[in-house]
Amino acid sequence: MKKRKERIDRGIKVRSEDIFALSSWREMLYFAAPRVIPVAVFILLPLVLGDYWQRVYLSVAVFALLAISWDILSQSGMISLGQALFFGMGAYCSGVLNHYFGISPFLTIPIAAVVGGAICTVMLLPVLRLRGVYFSMVTLIIPLMLERVIEATKIFGGTEGLSGLDVLPSKWLEMYILVAAMIAALFGFRRMMTSDYGLVLTGIKDNDRSVMNAGINIYWFKIQALFIASAVGAFAGAMMTHVYRFVGMPVFALDYSILPIAAVMVGGPGSFAGAVLGAFILVPLSEALRALGGLRIVFYGVFLVVFVVGMPEGIFHFIARKYSQFERWAEVDK
Amino acid sequence: MSETPLLEVKGLTKSFGGVQAVNGISFTLNKGDLLGIIGPNGSGKTTTVNLISGFVKATSGRVIFKGRDITNMPPYKIVRLGIARTFQMVKPFYQLPAFKNMIIPLYSPRVKALAGGKYGDRDAVALDLLEEVGFERDNQVAYKAASVLPQGYLKRLELAKAISLQPDIMILDELFSGLSLAEVASIVPIIEKLLLEGKTIIMIEHRLKELFRIASRVIVLNFGEKIADGVAKEVMESDEVKKAYLGSEE
Repeated sequence: MKKRKERIDRGIKVRSEDIFALSSWREMLYFAAPRVIPVAVFILLPLVLGDYWQRVYLSVAVFALLAISWDILSQSGMISLGQALFFGMGAYCSGVLNHYFGISPFLTIPIAAVVGGAICTVMLLPVLRLRGVYFSMVTLIIPLMLERVIEATKIFGGTEGLSGLDVLPSKWLEMYILVAAMIAALFGFRRMMTSDYGLVLTGIKDNDRSVMNAGINIYWFKIQALFIASAVGAFAGAMMTHVYRFVGMPVFALDYSILPIAAVMVGGPGSFAGAVLGAFILVPLSEALRALGGLRIVFYGVFLVVFVVGMPEGIFHFIARKYSQFERWAEVDK
Repeated sequence: MSETPLLEVKGLTKSFGGVQAVNGISFTLNKGDLLGIIGPNGSGKTTTVNLISGFVKATSGRVIFKGRDITNMPPYKIVRLGIARTFQMVKPFYQLPAFKNMIIPLYSPRVKALAGGKYGDRDAVALDLLEEVGFERDNQVAYKAASVLPQGYLKRLELAKAISLQPDIMILDELFSGLSLAEVASIVPIIEKLLLEGKTIIMIEHRLKELFRIASRVIVLNFGEKIADGVAKEVMESDEVKKAYLGSEE
């Protein structure tokens, strides 16, 4: 007898999606747990970590923001290979404002997020009309180009960079600004993408002609998505500038472009939660493997290949499915 | 009607490399007309529609809508002025429920402007519009994912998307293709209703029998040129049209 696996929504999922969610604590918990528990973990984690792992956690938050920024673009049909552009632009904006004009980090960070985001958007405007791989290629090249420009022209400290920048008054403030930003980005952008506005953005990815045919200027919407994504990346860069008290050419390094993509791939694209989960897995792993030196890249690569081949939907979607559905064997109808 | 035509197409030409897809087509369209565009495969029907709706840039010629030159305007601007179209190949957002597919046209600035700057509850409007084109409310079909809907419903969805934009001219590109006789028979009254409401419609069709029931005028294209223009019956009597469809006897 032929059998196939069928997936069925759990009763509790169906109940908790409706007004029946209020029928018992169990339903309410089922509904609230996936939201409340991660937020509680994000907030409490710094309190239990030592100094070194607190630093790692800062990196996790930064890469989570970059991964979310990448996911916004990819859900809007733009595959970026250059998150380093956004990160570096934000980093240099806040570094320059602080170093040359003595502006406080409390102002440089928000200014860098907005101005850095705007500069990146303008730089990518000419390629916005291109589809697919052309956009990706240009985003890959620009940060590498900027690195060489800084090296050759020696502007903004050249290869030395700008050091001795101001820090935020306390490390806890640094920590919790980043954690709050990560939580806000995670839930805020999830909500944005499920709204009607987000539907238009995903529509552009799936079928841009159909969206144009609805009387919507897709370039204007792409510009908006690009600005939002680059502002998020620029914010992450600006924060790190003041954490490290330094900005230099490494902010345009390939790491800031590739690791966010890897994080989304491991965690699961299209949900932002996957992006954050991926950053939580990859960044500490990358730190833990630091002792292996050059071999780290090999382990890292194997890990990625295993995920891309073995679980292309990503960990988040796998967990989400198990949480809301069960599987059973059913007979195949004749 | 002797007033200025709603749409005027003058010497529209498009060549792709060496191929003349559309060659000097001219016609006018008055308010309330249903114009059928017919012709053998590759005769330039869809290209003509693409030129009018801005999806393809014209090599030469002009398109004038309500006295305004709209030649080579980007598609979204043409839609905002009041020309909406459907596509021959329906490509809905398959993972979304049918009514969510209506949200994007309902998000259009044109809809907002016509509603006096407010969007209102788009979900409710979407369900109303879908009911109009035959998504029966009692069987919840509007809530089903587009991926599980039969072709007939997908075509209706495409039609509803065009209607939601409240256009002055609706261009329906092979709406009936791939549908069963029963499905076509159930869509025809929807189009008749649109005509009664005063809509102006251009239909590209291969299903001539159904088209001739509702079209007030037909133009026939062959190799990118207009070979006939007039009332359906008369047009089909023309020797040139017979030759285009059936081949010459030589």
